[in-house]
Amino acid sequence: MPGDTPHPDIYEPLSHTGDLGMVAYGQDLPELFAHAAWAMFDLMSDATTIRPQRTVTLSVSAVDLEDLLVRWLSALLYLYDTQRLLCCTFHCTLCEPTHVTATVAGEPLDPDRHPIDTEIKAVTYHQIAVEQIAGHWQARVIFDL
Amino acid sequence: MGSGLSRIDLAGHVRDLAEGLFRNIPSGVGSHRKDFKLSQQDLRRVLEGGAGWAVAQGYGTGRDLEHIEEKGCLPGAQPEAVSARALERGRPQLGSLGSGNHFVEVDYVAEVYDTAVAQALGLFLDQIIITIHTGSRGFGYQVCDDALQLMQKATVKYGIAIPDRQLCCAPLTSPEAQEYIGAMYSAANFAFANRQLITHKVRETFAEVLQRAPKDVHIEVIYDVCHNIGKFETHVVDGQPRRLCVHRKGATRALPPGHPQLPEVYRHLGQPVLVPGDMGRYSYVLIGTPQGSAETFASSCHGAGRRLSRTQAKKAARGRAIVRELEDQGIYVRSAGRATLLEEIPEAYKDVSEVVDVVHSAGISKKVVQLRPLGVIKG
Repeated sequence: MPGDTPHPDIYEPLSHTGDLGMVAYGQDLPELFAHAAWAMFDLMSDATTIRPQRTVTLSVSAVDLEDLLVRWLSALLYLYDTQRLLCCTFHCTLCEPTHVTATVAGEPLDPDRHPIDTEIKAVTYHQIAVEQIAGHWQARVIFDL
Repeated sequence: MGSGLSRIDLAGHVRDLAEGLFRNIPSGVGSHRKDFKLSQQDLRRVLEGGAGWAVAQGYGTGRDLEHIEEKGCLPGAQPEAVSARALERGRPQLGSLGSGNHFVEVDYVAEVYDTAVAQALGLFLDQIIITIHTGSRGFGYQVCDDALQLMQKATVKYGIAIPDRQLCCAPLTSPEAQEYIGAMYSAANFAFANRQLITHKVRETFAEVLQRAPKDVHIEVIYDVCHNIGKFETHVVDGQPRRLCVHRKGATRALPPGHPQLPEVYRHLGQPVLVPGDMGRYSYVLIGTPQGSAETFASSCHGAGRRLSRTQAKKAARGRAIVRELEDQGIYVRSAGRATLLEEIPEAYKDVSEVVDVVHSAGISKKVVQLRPLGVIKG
């Protein structure tokens, strides 16, 4: 079951009536963004089953850091919904808190190998938080299912 | 949708019907139609024409349109307010069910509470009823995503204080809000067209499985209504009629008898209110009342509401053969995703009969019939 195998260094799922959320962790912002993205695909499927066979470059801008995280995840969700691309590796660069460029890799959905269970309709701003705590970064994101 | 069929007509066919519906209606995460492709130009016509577009293509009848909210097309849709991303996301998904709590259900009328209204709606005991629950699919999600981005800036621009960023907004008269309304109505029309295409597939499937001519199956739309939309309506506030923007989310419109927006055949009755329950128990058809019009801006409940979060539901369902459990109760279920089925187990939802009893007792809308499921397809 997706999200069942714990990856506590990367993220923890949050239960939310009707919807689903997560808290993702990172040593720095690029890692936080990479972990948040990995977590999203792990909630939708099982990220450990995804192979990095196809590479895509993304560039996302926003008004602030929290907005950037929402738009980053939304951009990946859009790739999935239009190209069936599940992603598993994310090399992110944040020059400033309002812009991220990334090379991501993954493969198109293969129902025989990828358990697909949860359809994430959208990434929401509800209770969004990106915080630095004791030198580490963590982010809370709620998804609309 | 009502039908000319009784429960006895389906004896021995429910499994085949569920299988047929599951085969003919693309379901599940990111589901899309394989049998036709829409051009950008076609999609624009869908956004402007709603269910009327589908009927013009041969997927349904003029009578269907008479029984859909706003005849299946909201005026004021602005396809030019829709992003290229929404168009790309929505185009392959027209005519598909999707995932989550979306479903097509084959039900029967198990109880009649108001014989006169039931008769006027064409409902009778043991009649086969088909319920479709789906919307604007990825198209609508993207319209929402785009608007949220725009509104993040608008909230700052107009100096609006909000407790949560998801509640970002703009004054209704602002260009940002007007653009959103044009896009939202495009999404509503996408949803009307989507359900109309599925209605057509339901008719074809029944005819195919029961080996009867479509007219003998006699599947007719009773009512089709949005349950997550903002609409401009006139309601009485402090004794004065006022034009209001009513946003119904997890709620549905419930117009009182005599309302000019009701189909002529229902005008003396009030609006049919469709309240789906969970897949193991029952759903209801209610009817709008003058009291609901006065007290709730003509709104009623839309469903049972969840009792367990999706994660809790999956835990409760772990190790259980849900399909088998439902089959033992005489309900045949086909589902695209196993997790969807676990998330949607009956006990994940409140008992809709309790919700409906509250609404009925409060006079917001009145019970007409109870439906019980025979076959369910889930995304």
